[in-house]
Amino acid sequence: MSQYILKRLFFSLITLIGITFFVFLTIHLIPGDPVEIIAGGEADEPTKAQIRKSLGLDEPLAVQYIAYMAGLIRGDLGRSLWTRKPVISEVWNRAAATLELGIFGLIISIAIAIPAGVISATRPSSLVDYCSMAVSFLGVSMPAFWVGILLMMAFSIEFPLFPAMGRGEPLLSAIWQVFQGNFEPFGDSLRHLILPAVTLGLFNAAFIARMTRSSMLEVLNQDYIRTARSKGLAEFKVVYKHAFRNALLPIITVVGMQFGYLLGGAVLTESVFAWPGLGRFIVESILARDYPFIQGALLFFGTAFLLVNLLTDILYSYINPRVRVE
Amino acid sequence: MRSFKEIASFSRHRLALAGFILTCVLILTAILAPYIAPRSYTDMNLGRIRQGISADYPLGTDEFGRCILSRIIWGCRVSLKVGLVVVLIGGIIGSIMGLVAGYFGKMVDQLISRVIDILLTFPYILLAIAFVSILGKGGLEQCMIAIGLANVPRFARLIRSYAISIREMEYIQAVRALGGSHWRIIFHHIMPNCISGILIYATLTMGMSILAEAALSFLGLGIQPPEPSWGTMISTGKNYIRVAPHMSLFPGLAITITVMGFNFLGDGLRDYLDPRFQKSNKSQA
Repeated sequence: MSQYILKRLFFSLITLIGITFFVFLTIHLIPGDPVEIIAGGEADEPTKAQIRKSLGLDEPLAVQYIAYMAGLIRGDLGRSLWTRKPVISEVWNRAAATLELGIFGLIISIAIAIPAGVISATRPSSLVDYCSMAVSFLGVSMPAFWVGILLMMAFSIEFPLFPAMGRGEPLLSAIWQVFQGNFEPFGDSLRHLILPAVTLGLFNAAFIARMTRSSMLEVLNQDYIRTARSKGLAEFKVVYKHAFRNALLPIITVVGMQFGYLLGGAVLTESVFAWPGLGRFIVESILARDYPFIQGALLFFGTAFLLVNLLTDILYSYINPRVRVE
Repeated sequence: MRSFKEIASFSRHRLALAGFILTCVLILTAILAPYIAPRSYTDMNLGRIRQGISADYPLGTDEFGRCILSRIIWGCRVSLKVGLVVVLIGGIIGSIMGLVAGYFGKMVDQLISRVIDILLTFPYILLAIAFVSILGKGGLEQCMIAIGLANVPRFARLIRSYAISIREMEYIQAVRALGGSHWRIIFHHIMPNCISGILIYATLTMGMSILAEAALSFLGLGIQPPEPSWGTMISTGKNYIRVAPHMSLFPGLAITITVMGFNFLGDGLRDYLDPRFQKSNKSQA
C-alpha cells in the first residue's frame, strides 16, 4: 500500500517538475521576440530593455529556469505586468473564488448524475433510461457558456430569481457570519453561486451519469447480485447495499478527473457570469499579454489537477485493494 | 419491457444514421454556403438592427443588421474547417507520438508518456488557451493550431495503447524475423490496425474541437470579427440578451446540433467498428 503511494507520489513529483518546465517555457515559445510582443509595437529601446531585465530574459535559458524554480520554492512568481502586484497573491485571491465555484458545481453534478445513472441502470432500456441518456447526450453537445446564457435568460431576466453577474460574499466568510447570527450574506452568496454552479455542474453531470450507468450495469449483471435477489432481498437493498457500493469505484475516478475538467470549464462559466475567478483573469491577462500572471494561473490549474488525480488514485487504492497496478 | 429494448437497440443504429445524415447535411452546407446563404455574411442593413424573425431575415438580424441565418451558414464552413484541421494536426502528431512510444517502449515510451502526462494535467480547454497565449491571439490559424496541439496528448495516449497491444502479436514478430525495419513495421503493419480506432476518436474529436473553437471565440481568443464564428456570435449576442435573445440563441443551437451530429456518428462508428465495445454492449442488453 505505502509502496504504491510512494511510487505514485514520485511520478507526480516528476510530472509536477514537468508542469513547471512547460509553464516556464510558455514565454519562450512565443514566436519572435517575447519582449516585442509584451511591450507592443511602439515601445522604445529602454522600455524593452527594462521588460527584458524584469523578466530575466537576458540570462541563458538554464539560468532562467533555475531562477524561476528558486523563486517558486520561495513562493515568488514575479510581479504581474499589469497590476504590479506579486503574482502569487493575485493568483491565490482568484483561485479561492474558482475553487468555491468548482466545488459547488461538483456537488450539483453529483447530486444530479448519480441518481440519474443509478435509476437508468436499474431499468435499462426503459423510458426513464432513454430520457436520462438523451438528456446526457444533449449535455455533452451543448456549449457550457451557451447553457449559462440560457439559464441567465430564464432565471435572471424572464423570472428574476437570481443575479446574473458577480459574486456575493465569499462563501466561507458568509458561513462564518451565519454562526454569528447574520444570515443575509450567506443567502446572498448562495444566490450568486446557483446559476454559475448549475451551468458548470450540468455539463459534468452528463459525463458522470453515463459512467454511473455503465458501472452499475456491469455490477448488476454479476452472480452475487443474482444470489442476493434469489435469497429474497428487497430490490432497494440489492441496488444500494450490494451493487452501488461496488459500482462506486470507477465513479470515484471519474468524479476526481471531472473536477479537473470542472476547473477548466470554470474559465467559460466565469466569463459568462462575471465571476471574479482565475479563469476569467487568465483570459484577460492573455489579452493584456501579462505573461507572469498567465504562468502563475497555468501553474495553479496544472498543480490542482495533478493533486486531485493523486488524491483520487490514493483513495481508489485505499477502497479497492485489488488495484495497485502500474 | 421487451419492446423498449428493441426500440433502444434499433434507435442506437438510428442515432448513428441520424448522425451520419446530419454530418452530411453540415458538410454540404459548408461547401454550398455561397449558394444557399440568402445574403453575404458582411451585408449590413443599419435600418434593421437586432430584429427578430421575419420573412426577409428568417433568423433575425444582429447588431449591424446582418442576416443571422447567413452568418450561421457561413459559420458552418468556419466550424467544420476548424474541426477538420484540428483533427488532422492532433491526429497526425498524436498518432506518430503514440505509435513510436507504444512500439519502441522502454526509454522512448517513458519520455513520450511523461510529456503526454504533463500536457494532460491541463484541462482540455485550458491547454488550448495556454497554446493561444504562446501563439498570440490572432484569428483562425492560431485558433486551429492551438486546439490541434491541445488534442495531441489525447490522440497520443489512445494510439499508444493500441500500439502496445498490437506490438506483441505474432505477425509483428514474423515481420521482424523477416527483417522488416522498425518504420516498416510501424507504418505498414501497426498503423493500419489502429485506423478504426483513430477514425472513431477523430469523429468524436471533431465535435469537441468545434466546441473548443466556439469557446475560444466566445472568450475573444479565437476567430476575430467580421469572420463569422458561432462562438463570437454568441458572445456579441450576450450583450443584447435583454433586447435580442435570438442573437445568441440560434448560433448556440447550431453548435449543439453540429456537435451532436458528430457525437452520434462517432458513437455509431464505435459500435460498428470496435468489436470490444459490441461485446460489452451485448452483455448489457
